[in-house]
Amino acid sequence: MTEEILTVKDLKKYFLTSRGTVKAVDGVTFSIKEGEMLGLVGESGSGKSTVAYTLVGIYQPTAGEITFKGQDIGKDFSKRLKPLKKDIQIVFQDPGSSLNPRRSIKQILELPLKVHHISSNKGIIEQVAKLLEMVELPLDYQYKYPQAIGGGEKQMVAVARALATNPSFVVLDEPTSALDVSVQAKIINLLMRLQQRLNLTYLFITHDLSLMRNVATRVAIMYLGKMCEVACTSEFFQNPLHPYTQMLLSSIPVVSDEEEMLKPKKILSRGEIPSPVNVPPGCSFHLRCPEGMELCSQVDPGMVEVGEEHTVRCHLFQGAKIAASTSQGEE
Amino acid sequence: MIAPLLEIKNLHVGFDIYGGHLKVLDGVTFAVGKGAKVGLVGETGCGKTTTMKSVMRILPIPPGRLTEGEIFFKESDLLRVNLKKVRGVKGKGISMIFQDPTAALNPVFTIGRQLMDVVKYSKGAGENQAKDTIKDRAINALKDVSMPDPERIMENYPIQLSGGMRQRVCIAMALVTGSELLIADEPTTSLDVTIQDQVLRLLGNLVEEKRNSTILITHSLGIVREWTDRVYVMYAGSMVEAAPTKGLFSNPLHPYTQGLMKAVPKLTGEGIAEGVPGRIPNYLNPPSGCRFHPRCPHVMRICEQERPPFFNAGSDHQVACFLYKE
Repeated sequence: MTEEILTVKDLKKYFLTSRGTVKAVDGVTFSIKEGEMLGLVGESGSGKSTVAYTLVGIYQPTAGEITFKGQDIGKDFSKRLKPLKKDIQIVFQDPGSSLNPRRSIKQILELPLKVHHISSNKGIIEQVAKLLEMVELPLDYQYKYPQAIGGGEKQMVAVARALATNPSFVVLDEPTSALDVSVQAKIINLLMRLQQRLNLTYLFITHDLSLMRNVATRVAIMYLGKMCEVACTSEFFQNPLHPYTQMLLSSIPVVSDEEEMLKPKKILSRGEIPSPVNVPPGCSFHLRCPEGMELCSQVDPGMVEVGEEHTVRCHLFQGAKIAASTSQGEE
Repeated sequence: MIAPLLEIKNLHVGFDIYGGHLKVLDGVTFAVGKGAKVGLVGETGCGKTTTMKSVMRILPIPPGRLTEGEIFFKESDLLRVNLKKVRGVKGKGISMIFQDPTAALNPVFTIGRQLMDVVKYSKGAGENQAKDTIKDRAINALKDVSMPDPERIMENYPIQLSGGMRQRVCIAMALVTGSELLIADEPTTSLDVTIQDQVLRLLGNLVEEKRNSTILITHSLGIVREWTDRVYVMYAGSMVEAAPTKGLFSNPLHPYTQGLMKAVPKLTGEGIAEGVPGRIPNYLNPPSGCRFHPRCPHVMRICEQERPPFFNAGSDHQVACFLYKE
């Protein structure tokens, strides 16, 4: 088995605001194995980006452990060492605002090389060319400015910048949600090729489950700062257990009848994600859950393992360990 | 054959900018029948919104410039009547839901104030309405979009509502005028999937109930498949394919439509194909002939020289591609 590169244990991130404490991430536990792509899926406000920012060191976690390659990186976040920063990189959602409009692509790509002393002054020109080639952009793009190139190409530059330091773990925070499907297809395929070639590990944050079906190794669902369900991709889509997962899946608009058959039976979506300032007591999903029981409004369920590498946080499955689905042996 | 409710014929719209003239719309032809639910799909920058803004006469002119074409709504040419009259025609006839409800609502007025304004001005100047009836109609409109506690919502400011609720307010505003044609411009793009599902379901029920004709503009093929009964696919300023929804999804003909379909991530999980190579053309200097030809896998010599007209390909299925010339 491949090794776990990152382990997150009971991670919490609270923000103090004038209206109360926002529990953006409230006890999240997961791990990522080397070379895999974990898809972290959730609606806006579920805390998925906060998880990402905590991992890369933008936020200090309120509580919990983050272990990266055997090293605890959660504690002294302000004193993160350069080699660590080099090893964990992030690609943001909107390349329009993550690339400085007043810097040329060359200047943008040079910065991480200079900061981390990756190559000598002479080597930088070569290195920039190599990075552009890696993301399949023409060489003359280094003299252009972000505004002069398309949205997809900007995101490619952002990917190149993240890869400039030769990281082993990259957080992709909704890298394609601002882009059209045909451009998305190009970027996703490029990211997959790069993962193979450079042996990268990805944490892919998104709200698009159909996309995750095609690219992720495992999928994790977040709701209001907590994990709902984690499973391997094939198991996840064949045997979704959490009512929220089923609601999400049945809400996806699909383009063919074959896909329609794969969706769980229609669960009419109702209600909205509550404000993280006022999290409902008990299971945070109980107000929208079609299967809500009295117990749900009182006790918050814990994560239970229901199959091989398949965990669910729901009272329906507490105690009753579900027999591993028949389909599991195939993959 | 009954005349369609809205008909756009050979519409050309451009924008004058510092660098020259952007030829954006290049002969858009489009029709919506009574009670029809029509989808308009295309990628960013293909001219979907420009088309609809031209219909609503809210296109900024200048820099916009209508060079050619006609837009008929119930037999009156919207481009030929003067702006004041357009208000009368479209106020009762056409309404629009915008992509971003946060930007569409005014942050400094209450929902009630904004909704009542729409009620007030949707009637002609002669028809005076009592204040109470206006308020009642506004509250009813909010009830129609299944808003909980509409009396309280009337007092709220947009910022106090969630994105899904704001969009429902916008839908209420669009429907309260009793207009016959509803144009929904990416109404759910800024919403989460579960909320998107709710909003689209609500919109579908309301449209069915009130027998509106609807144009749904979107870039999501999935939404189009679930929601509409006829689809137009747009690329770089013109329609490339028009067909009944079922026909289009079972048998996409235009190379662009085919590529687009391939690029959509599917739940069946067969990987993601790189649908369409290249990028959308520069409108300053668009490609000659068929605007898709530089990206087309089946390009022929004629494609570079002539613009393909709509060819009939099966029942009610039209495609603007020389591959389907008899």
